Amino acid sequence: MSAPSSLAPRLSWGRIALFAALGLFALFFLTPLYVMLSTALKSMDEIRNGTLLSLPLSPTLDAWAKAWSGACTGTDCGGLKPFFMNSVMMVVPAVGISTLIGSLNGYVLSKWRFRGSELMFALMLFGVFMPMQVVLLPMSQILGWLGIASSIWGLVLIHVLAGIPSTTLFFRNYYVGLPDELVKAAMLDGANFWQIFRRIVLPLSTPILVVTLIWQFTNIWNDFLYGVVFSGADSKPITVGLNNLANTTSSVKEYNVDMAAALIAALPTLFVYVVAGKYFVRGLTAGAVKG
Amino acid sequence: MSAPSALRTPWLPKLVIAPSFVLSFFFIYGLIAWNGYLSLSASRLLPNYDFVGLEQYVKLFDNDRWWVALRNLGIFGGLFIFGGMALGLLLAILLDQKVRAEGVLRTIYLYPMALSFIVTGTAWKWILNPGLGIEHLMREWGFTNFEFGWLVDPDKAIYCVAIAGIWQSAGFVMALFLAGLRSIDDSIIKAAQVDGASLPRIYWRIIIPTLRPVFFSTLMVVSHLAIKSFDLVMALTAGGPGYATDLPATFMYTMAFSRGQIGLGAASATIMLATVAAIVVPYLYSELRTKK
Repeated sequence: MSAPSSLAPRLSWGRIALFAALGLFALFFLTPLYVMLSTALKSMDEIRNGTLLSLPLSPTLDAWAKAWSGACTGTDCGGLKPFFMNSVMMVVPAVGISTLIGSLNGYVLSKWRFRGSELMFALMLFGVFMPMQVVLLPMSQILGWLGIASSIWGLVLIHVLAGIPSTTLFFRNYYVGLPDELVKAAMLDGANFWQIFRRIVLPLSTPILVVTLIWQFTNIWNDFLYGVVFSGADSKPITVGLNNLANTTSSVKEYNVDMAAALIAALPTLFVYVVAGKYFVRGLTAGAVKG
Repeated sequence: MSAPSALRTPWLPKLVIAPSFVLSFFFIYGLIAWNGYLSLSASRLLPNYDFVGLEQYVKLFDNDRWWVALRNLGIFGGLFIFGGMALGLLLAILLDQKVRAEGVLRTIYLYPMALSFIVTGTAWKWILNPGLGIEHLMREWGFTNFEFGWLVDPDKAIYCVAIAGIWQSAGFVMALFLAGLRSIDDSIIKAAQVDGASLPRIYWRIIIPTLRPVFFSTLMVVSHLAIKSFDLVMALTAGGPGYATDLPATFMYTMAFSRGQIGLGAASATIMLATVAAIVVPYLYSELRTKK
């Protein structure tokens, strides 16, 4: 619904108060982003002499260059670049594989139900909510046995396993809405399981595919828990790099470099959000309210 | 529906989904059991499988640091859940008043959800730092005695975590409530208006009560997020000063991966699991049952 029509656009004190409130909240949400951006464009001298909110008077990209390739994370001073690359190498296969598996599962669980499939789906859903702390200790042993501990492939594996419940949920709930007649008609024409999936279901999947890809991308890019527990020296993702960078105690705390680094880590997901926010929101709400 | 012709190819769909089921059930329930077993073992630096019964749980609840983590979860969780829900509901109602710029405002309110908690934690750490952050700003604005040292105050730092957490997730709550508001039938409201009900009254007596299911699912989602909170604390305070802002998740991480107390870590993970299960299982059960 929308608000009752007596309140339809008509300038009154109520409307003015409404817009004032909306504007103030917008400021509340935007200020930290502004602070990050302006701090990242300042020199340390300017930071010391100005305030959080002062505009950068002589904007410089020095902090960005340092954050990217020269800042120290612990003992290593190569900037965020290697971490960024690790995240890219981890995100691409993890998102692709978990999405593909989710769409197949969703197809079976909506159009090829069998006895017990609903119950198994329900049991799988707990994986969307469970605190992942319970898998950390056993999983680190398993990754060791598999010989992929501390590697990017270990992270890919855990992200795929942890992602299957949500991707399955997304696709299953979307496919339930596709008319069964489509599948039946195709079957009468002699199409088999795979042909129906490829020629009928998949071409209709674009919206949910976009939702799932964005959801998985955002979650896996932003993950910190698995990254900090399962990665080794050469496989740390960007969130771990950023955290190490921001918590490295040097003689002078360089807030401009910290903020530039935070923005570098945020840019990919922020970009996706700005371009395709609608789909991201659909993912958020789909995770909470089951179809 | 009944599967169109499960008889014709009864095995293929099952074969396709079998690996996912096997892997997922192993990942979810197998590892839960495994972790549970570790929590009953004497494991310290390395896992060992000497059964010691509930000893680790006794040690856990004798541990001051665990109690600090639980107390913090109470403070942080309470503020995060109720603050986030109140702000989110308010934003949703405000945005529901036929606002022309709704799309832009919604994008602004929700963008923090697209960011990693590590990113927002780093940003808030800078904003709230006692040296050059908000304290410095207020002093420059003329409040020369203004002090804001919460981030380094063991008694107050947890409130900083709550502020950043609410800031990050209020937009998410708003999106859930807004979706609920949009699905309410217009005619109910029209009827109330004809009866002369005022707008606040309509919201309070009609709209908010009909949002009850949304309210419960949102509460469930936000509470389980509170219990699982980890990244934000790690980035903002790293559990400090000392361990003043520890939460169960950071406690588990510290014990299991840097203190060589695997059994204790596993026990704390089991407690977290039990808490989340107590919230989520009834919800999932009712969601799935009402659908049929």
